[in-house]
Amino acid sequence: MIRMLLLLFFVSVAAFTLVSVSPIDPLQANVGQAALGAMSQEQIAKLSEYWGVGIPPVERFFAWAGDFFRGDMGMSLLYRQPVTKVIGVKLVNSLWLMAIAWMLSGIVGFILGILSGIREGSLLDRIIKGYSLVIASTPAFWLALVLLMVFAVWLKVLPIGLSVPIGVEASGVTIADRIQHAILPAITLSITGVANITLHTREKMIEVMESDYVLFAKARGESTYRIVKNHALRNVLLPALTLQFASISEIFGGSVLVEQVFSYPGLGQAAVTAGLGSDVPLLLGITVISAVFVFGGNLIANLLYGVIDPRIRRGGSRA
Amino acid sequence: MKEKKTVLNIRDFSVSFEQYERGFHKTVLPVIRNLDVTVHEGEMVAVVGSSGSGKSLLAHGILGILPYNATMGGEIWYDGELLTPKRQKMLRGNEIVLVPQSIAFLDPLMKIGSQIRKGKKDKASKARLDKIFEGYHLKEEVQGLYPFELSGGMNRRVLVSTALMGNPKLVIADEPTPGLHMDMVRRVMSHFRELADKGAGVLLITHDLEQALEVADRVVVFYAGTTVEDAAASDFQAQETLRHPYSKALWRALPQNGFQFIKGTQPYVKELPDGCPFGPRCEYCTAECQKEIAYREVQGGRVRCVHA
Amino acid sequence: MIRLNGRIKTVVLFGIAIIFLIVVTMVGAFFSEAAMVTDFSRKDLAPGARYLFGTDWLGRDMFIRTLTGLSMSIRIGILAAGVSSVLALLLGTLAATMGKAVDAAITWVIDLVMGIPHILLLILISYAFGKGFKGVVIGVALTHWTSLARVIRGEVLQLKEALYIQTAKKLGVSNAQIAWKHMFPHLYPQFLVGLILMFPHAILHEASITFLGFGLPPEQPAIGVILSESMKYLAMGRWWLALFPGLFLVLTVILFDVAGESLRKLLDPGSVHK
Repeated sequence: MIRMLLLLFFVSVAAFTLVSVSPIDPLQANVGQAALGAMSQEQIAKLSEYWGVGIPPVERFFAWAGDFFRGDMGMSLLYRQPVTKVIGVKLVNSLWLMAIAWMLSGIVGFILGILSGIREGSLLDRIIKGYSLVIASTPAFWLALVLLMVFAVWLKVLPIGLSVPIGVEASGVTIADRIQHAILPAITLSITGVANITLHTREKMIEVMESDYVLFAKARGESTYRIVKNHALRNVLLPALTLQFASISEIFGGSVLVEQVFSYPGLGQAAVTAGLGSDVPLLLGITVISAVFVFGGNLIANLLYGVIDPRIRRGGSRA
Repeated sequence: MKEKKTVLNIRDFSVSFEQYERGFHKTVLPVIRNLDVTVHEGEMVAVVGSSGSGKSLLAHGILGILPYNATMGGEIWYDGELLTPKRQKMLRGNEIVLVPQSIAFLDPLMKIGSQIRKGKKDKASKARLDKIFEGYHLKEEVQGLYPFELSGGMNRRVLVSTALMGNPKLVIADEPTPGLHMDMVRRVMSHFRELADKGAGVLLITHDLEQALEVADRVVVFYAGTTVEDAAASDFQAQETLRHPYSKALWRALPQNGFQFIKGTQPYVKELPDGCPFGPRCEYCTAECQKEIAYREVQGGRVRCVHA
Repeated sequence: MIRLNGRIKTVVLFGIAIIFLIVVTMVGAFFSEAAMVTDFSRKDLAPGARYLFGTDWLGRDMFIRTLTGLSMSIRIGILAAGVSSVLALLLGTLAATMGKAVDAAITWVIDLVMGIPHILLLILISYAFGKGFKGVVIGVALTHWTSLARVIRGEVLQLKEALYIQTAKKLGVSNAQIAWKHMFPHLYPQFLVGLILMFPHAILHEASITFLGFGLPPEQPAIGVILSESMKYLAMGRWWLALFPGLFLVLTVILFDVAGESLRKLLDPGSVHK
């Protein structure tokens, strides 16, 4: 836990350093923009003070970190709202997407990996492995473009973009609308996510199938089906779960690209907008929040071992 | 002595692997050639050969669980019929059972009880397991343990228990006592002797001649992938009753006979000499030894040597 | 079909992949001028015999643009992956040899880099270096070294404990000589494979970050730029603007992957049985 908080602290230091050394000056870059123009003098004064020229970066960092600690991530320059509020809204949108993609890719990937690893080199294995390798080499945004072309432009069965229909009041948006607009992005993210977990599960599965205990199970007349059910599933599930929790970082990265293509108003799109528009407070806020998720995933992955693996649960320190 | 039924009869058994040498040449590695063994009902036969000579492949061959890149040759007869892959599938784990070397052959994440019962949850298998454990003085709690929680003493009894869930007529024990204390070895061996005395054929695969002589009825000497001699355990009481020079060398290497070792090592499969594999280390080696050598009957045993 | 011996097959595969990649890189670089030529007499043409991948709204030949974009992506990928792998070699070796404090610090940095989603970190770094060519190369270089550094660290730690190295030390062989004569030969296959397998990731990330607008500037015919521009024309049914450049990007990435994996197979002594 302490390690995680420390890492988080360093993430914010690193992110802050990176945006500070940038030759792109946030105020300068935004002077001509409506966003800045629409702000009151006080706000601008506060911002100038916040990113004030002449104040050493270390001091600036502690001012920012202090505010952050109190729950104030500053004002988003582009959205003219507190960063916490922007992130709150966007995060909910993105979580929908990512949760669906995460579960789908996890389950499908696990099943494919098991099927593939039962017999290394079988036709099924080669098909699944080939598919995974191709998908792993396919950039998420291009896959998004292709799906968009097929389903939205060509077949016209799904909408082109945005998480809600254009011109409808926020209150008028139905769950059905939301789901309809999230289908393509979620599918894209799932397809991309499957490759990794499939390949990993497959490797583990091959390892298990070559293990001494599976050899002995065969010698005892257990059928392939029973070997998979009795031995393979339980031995492969743990590493697969661990990987899935540790892969939150990749789903996050994928969502940035996919949201951009579908103009889905989530955290990823906000990050891109913030980066392009030099909205430094928002960019910093998103970085820290996403790091929280990544570290949280890693933490859960580590804890899972303790809960599920009897060698750790019952054996104390024996690994 | 009354003629007992033959449980297992292996003739001219061989196992080879394909391998790449440096560059692009594919070669065939004959790890086992000319292996002949028979096991009768109620008999315990030990196949003795030094470590790393591919003895385990014999066990895997009988059970039909050789790795996919291995090719098997020769004939295996079980219970008077040729042992086909189909029969292997049907019989293994029931009539033909394997007792593995160590608990590394148990699933680390499955409890002992359900593991021995192959995941079944019925009452009959539970009752059967309870009875087996009782016979081996294993407490019922052991069924709820994971393999890593077993003590060294429990390990062996648990492994032997796995064999008894079926109705074993042929028990194959593959190096069942690696690195164990002599007391422990005797105890484990007594379990196998018991099985043989109840009527099953036991094939003990080991590198330890001393151990084998203590319990086995017959000893088959295995050298560089070939069986060179098949002798009664009693033949090992004196050097003169043995038939093959390698068996005699093994005899001389026993502690009670002076620990004399012969020079050299077993040839690697790629550098096997023609004819008798023991030729280069044998003091009686002649030109004849470099030809194909028949496995022939000599004084109630069998030997693959022209000079015996 | 002729059944080829597995090893020969691997070598052939490796050769085809490498040759294709070299050809694309050279041809693309050679046509970089032609990729910019606009000609309104031939705009918005669907793919055909004359223009294999069609033309865009300015009448630029998409086939040539795709090749040029790929060539640029490959060169940037190689540059960034090269820098990144040297970084990995350096940090991995330092972590394994310079004592506990250095090891802990480097492990921390690795955890740190892995803690921020790749794309987000790329955005941050690219932003820090003012976007453009410099931003992409530095960004990709700084984000891709972690796993290879871990591998090298582990390998060096293992080597250090190896008996023959301990013996050499006792015999008074100098550290530099041990590193060069005994450690390097073991490390370099790992390093080479790691380097080649880093290319596809580097290329993918370069394309992604450029696509998002943080990479190469829009006037360059980079794959990311081409695909980003194609988005505007998708709804009008100009599918070829996105399809072919993307397909070729995928092909390039797969070929790099194939090359790396074949090399790994050839260098791995454990593969003799397969």
